[in-house]
Amino acid sequence: MHHRFLPSGPVFSPSATAFAALLVAAVLGCSGSSTGPNGAAEHARPIELLNVSYDPTRELYRDINAAFAKHYEQEHGTPVTIKQSHAASGSQSRAVIDGLDADVVTLATWPDVEAVAKSGLLRGDWQNRYENSSIPYHSVVVFVVRKGNPKKIVDWQDLDRDGISIITPNPKTSGNGKYSFLAAWGAALAAGGSEDDAQKFVSAIYRRTPVLDTGARAATATFSQKGIGDVHLTFEQEAHLEVDESKGGLEIVYPKRSIRVDPPVAVVDQNVDRKASRHAAEAYLGFLYSPEGRAIIASHHLRPWGDTPPPPAVGETWPAIETFDIGFVAGDWNNAMKKFFGEGGVFDAIYQPQPDKQPAKQAGNQARTQGGT
Amino acid sequence: MNMPTPARQTARRRSVLPGFGMSAAITTLMITAMVIIPLAVLGLRAASLGPTEFLAAAWTPRARAAYAVSLGASLTAAIVSSVCGLLVAWVLVRINFPGRRLLDSLVDVPLALPTAVAGLVYSTLYVERGWLGRFLVPMGVQAAYSWLGIVLVLVFVSLPFTIRVVQPVLESLDRDTEEASRMLGASRRQTFLRVILPAIFPAVITGFALALARALGEYGAVVFISGNMPFKTEIAPVLIVSRLEEFAYAEATAIAVVLLVMSITLLVIVNGLQQRVARNAQ
Repeated sequence: MHHRFLPSGPVFSPSATAFAALLVAAVLGCSGSSTGPNGAAEHARPIELLNVSYDPTRELYRDINAAFAKHYEQEHGTPVTIKQSHAASGSQSRAVIDGLDADVVTLATWPDVEAVAKSGLLRGDWQNRYENSSIPYHSVVVFVVRKGNPKKIVDWQDLDRDGISIITPNPKTSGNGKYSFLAAWGAALAAGGSEDDAQKFVSAIYRRTPVLDTGARAATATFSQKGIGDVHLTFEQEAHLEVDESKGGLEIVYPKRSIRVDPPVAVVDQNVDRKASRHAAEAYLGFLYSPEGRAIIASHHLRPWGDTPPPPAVGETWPAIETFDIGFVAGDWNNAMKKFFGEGGVFDAIYQPQPDKQPAKQAGNQARTQGGT
Repeated sequence: MNMPTPARQTARRRSVLPGFGMSAAITTLMITAMVIIPLAVLGLRAASLGPTEFLAAAWTPRARAAYAVSLGASLTAAIVSSVCGLLVAWVLVRINFPGRRLLDSLVDVPLALPTAVAGLVYSTLYVERGWLGRFLVPMGVQAAYSWLGIVLVLVFVSLPFTIRVVQPVLESLDRDTEEASRMLGASRRQTFLRVILPAIFPAVITGFALALARALGEYGAVVFISGNMPFKTEIAPVLIVSRLEEFAYAEATAIAVVLLVMSITLLVIVNGLQQRVARNAQ
């Protein structure tokens, strides 16, 4: 396979080719990645790093890369260029496993990085290499609503009201979708509900979801461009982009509580050792914890780790929101994946046709937009 | 008897077409590398599951519903595409009107356009707020996020095939036979049904097969307009992607294998049909 990387911008075109790529990945999958074309040749300066990341961080890493390159050259005298690759987090993880030569991965969810570790490319202790379990910034799931909040949606319980239609991507195919699902579940638990209550609440939400897009940005287009739905569940930084783009047509609502979105980062041990780029790769991720890195992260509406996080902009503050993490919702990610999103899990059960009802077959030509009308 | 016989020469005589050995080698290599090896790996992958696991992965109620959506929508789209393609080809070949050349070149646009864009544009047009949706939705026609929408985009991506296959056959059709048919007293209808249709029908069926194959494999256009609701508008490839998201490679491959077997069966049937029609037409 031959990958070429541009310094920034879209590298993989999204859905159109994604399926073909995925199928190839499925076929070649675990057959073991080769050692690469040029062995362990000593890396000549200047150093080149490849950061394999997910969709919404495109703008963030463009800024980080520029700042880090300057910083690293000043500090060590070695020029460094960073190339980025962005696509859906899960398929990026597969690409690295299948041989994409990433120096660092900065992915959306813990399972995506853990999958790379399981393939042997990362050492098992990757989580302990950086502060906060290698999570340099976090986000929260918030609501985006139409201007003036006409449906008066202020907190989670408002989502399960007659006439509310919700937009969120398919949690089986989207990390953004997974987090929205977990946020709703956790919100029900945090409000004092039982597991049963949580399941009822989450089922109600998906019954009010007329479209299940396969990715986060597709869901954004459905909500903002096509005007479908009353509320869009998404990450805080994505919500800011969406609202800015709408030029006053949309606004953000912060629920009282939400899930903390923790995207981890890791140096891909095998690749950096082979390419002799470990020093720069480690410094690159370390830069995310530096004052300069934290300020850039904050300016993209991601919440940097550490005490007194810098504000998104001068004079702004981070809106207060109570957060819970994956541990509160499901114990850990493995458990969450199995219980909620695995084959036959909670999410599948929501769509299981009721035994007493005929399943709606493809013969019905009308989309059933539940709760939408 | 003493004529010099060409027999010895024939043994060494080379085909009239030059470069047979080379082209056969290239053909074999291409087909092996591009088609046979990937398919074999697909089969091997799926075979890493036992029969029960295979069934558990590929034959769930949800997967069956997805196959039904994929096959049903693709068949419908291929039929619509064949009928419309025949009409368009007819107009382009038989009727001379200003802008014909332009129209003719527009036929190929769906081949060049990334299909994801087509899916996005279609769904934007047909939602309640869209240019077409604002008229259609009040009339009860929900084309975005529905089975109808899937058929619409599949017709879009498959139409060039049906047009382009029928067009040359129509062009080569001898007008004399039609005139003879009319002179001998056949009605227009009879002329079409008895003279023209038998000549072009094999091409129509070939177009149908190509359209069907194209539609079954489409992913990008469909995910943007189908809404992906399980049991209703979820196509099989979306299921494959969700299994890959769980890093369940073998299970994903199992679904792919079932889909592949279904499409190959369909294509074999269509091919058989086409051969029979072609034989009858002679």
